[in-house]
Amino acid sequence: MEAIRIHAPGPYTTVQDLGRRHYFHLGVPVSGSLDDYAHRVANWLVGNPGQCAVLELSVAGGRMEMLCPADIAVTGAMMNPRLNGIPIPTWSSIRVKAGDMLELGMAENGCRAYLAITGGIDVPEIMGSRSTFVGSRLGGVQGRPLTTGDVLLRGDAPQLGRTRRLAWRPIYPDETTLRVVPGPHDAFFRERLGILFESDFTVSANSNRMGYRLEGPELLRDPDAPQSILSVPVTPGNIQVPADGRPIILLREQTVGGYTIVATVISPDLFRIAQAKPGDSIRFRRVELEEAHRIARDWARFLRDVEEDLARSPAGSAEGD
Amino acid sequence: MASARLYERAQFRISGDRCLLAEYGSGISVEINDKVRRMTASIQRQRLPGIEGVVPSYTTLSVLYDPVTLDFSTLTGWLWELESGLDQTDLPEPRVVEIPVCYGGDFGPDIDFVATHNRLRVPEVIEFHSGATYHIYAVGFAPGFCYLGGLDSRVHTPRLPTPRTQVPAGSVGIAEAQTGVYPQPSPGGWRLIGRTPLRLFDPERPEPVLYQAGDKIRFRPISMDEFEDLSTREDV
Repeated sequence: MEAIRIHAPGPYTTVQDLGRRHYFHLGVPVSGSLDDYAHRVANWLVGNPGQCAVLELSVAGGRMEMLCPADIAVTGAMMNPRLNGIPIPTWSSIRVKAGDMLELGMAENGCRAYLAITGGIDVPEIMGSRSTFVGSRLGGVQGRPLTTGDVLLRGDAPQLGRTRRLAWRPIYPDETTLRVVPGPHDAFFRERLGILFESDFTVSANSNRMGYRLEGPELLRDPDAPQSILSVPVTPGNIQVPADGRPIILLREQTVGGYTIVATVISPDLFRIAQAKPGDSIRFRRVELEEAHRIARDWARFLRDVEEDLARSPAGSAEGD
Repeated sequence: MASARLYERAQFRISGDRCLLAEYGSGISVEINDKVRRMTASIQRQRLPGIEGVVPSYTTLSVLYDPVTLDFSTLTGWLWELESGLDQTDLPEPRVVEIPVCYGGDFGPDIDFVATHNRLRVPEVIEFHSGATYHIYAVGFAPGFCYLGGLDSRVHTPRLPTPRTQVPAGSVGIAEAQTGVYPQPSPGGWRLIGRTPLRLFDPERPEPVLYQAGDKIRFRPISMDEFEDLSTREDV
């Protein structure tokens, strides 16, 4: 059914699910929401499975009209959402009806917000996913960011019996520390690897869903390291270092790359990158693989707990709906 | 580039907490690449729980895994075991795919650099680039982007020190010993020498990409007129 009409799309809003996973061998990247934590929680708050499609709103949110009864939830960056002019809580389910107007402003904390709706955003699946890959005009709404006049459908699913609210919400600081595992090409950086862990880097304006370019000290290869490497498959979190020494943190829209990779951000920390904005500071902290796996297992357990709590809970706080 | 060497056994590199790179050799060779592709086919057939994806490239296979269900030593042990038991798995007969390319001018902003770097004239660059039959080592970087081997060493040229933030669709490039085509606009660090009017990736086609790893490619030089003619036909 028709669920949302876009009146003002915001600077960059796309439909994303958790990604396209079976076509890497054809060069089709995973795409999907960059902040996979906020994405999942938004879905769980409205009673959806975690992988349903949502709207990812970057930098600012715009204005949209609800076209049918539903539950919605806004998570991620704080964009001061208002329903019919009245502020509504984030990280909480909100009951809407046809004619309700949702407005979101500029992000004040973090930079990407997520809007989930009962049944999930319903666009055609392309190569097994509803995620938008703008680079190849794939998926979402015609492979592009949303524009004024777009009408979005939602899946058919029941509304909630009661409000769901998340008690613990992340704060997205201006200075973020990302835990990284050295490699795959850390052997080429023996001389300068320490610089990676001792320095402050700044997110450059030249940063987007493909990757975050960082400004800061140059990370130059060892003088005896090979000039370049044969292209290898890459993964989200890989920190590529071209010859100019300026690191790029790859996100979800690349499959293979030819620049050396000094270290890789662990998967539970990827959502923090999604909420960093140009000018923010980033530091890296070294972890070894075993610790990274322990963190991944703890994180998976934490996500399961959050999902179960939300499914079980009565309203999570004493404040009124 | 140094000559290619097949390793006795895979060397593993860690690429974060969910990805392992298995390297089967160094350098560009069909023999190494065939082994990578056989391992890919074999891993996909086995369906070990916890493996989420396998991506081949020149010498390296990337294995995406779930660290909650599969630990590193189990995974590497299993990959070594699979490698030692690897029979001569059948790989499909390669196709030869011809790609028309308009070289130089606005389509090849780096062709002069490639020529100068290699002490050649531009027509020689075109002759050496279009004279070979290339093996497709991998499809990746962007949908339909093919990584080719067999580039004449006389035109090897280093990548740009800073990648371009936007490379036009259909651009043909060189980076060291590699050559390939960008099917769609994307960032890229390769030296651009020409452009093809063909639509190399179409998600609505039954076969979204015109070729796959293991096929062969030849580049056919075309004039600007033929480029425009073929472009029009692609849009229809």
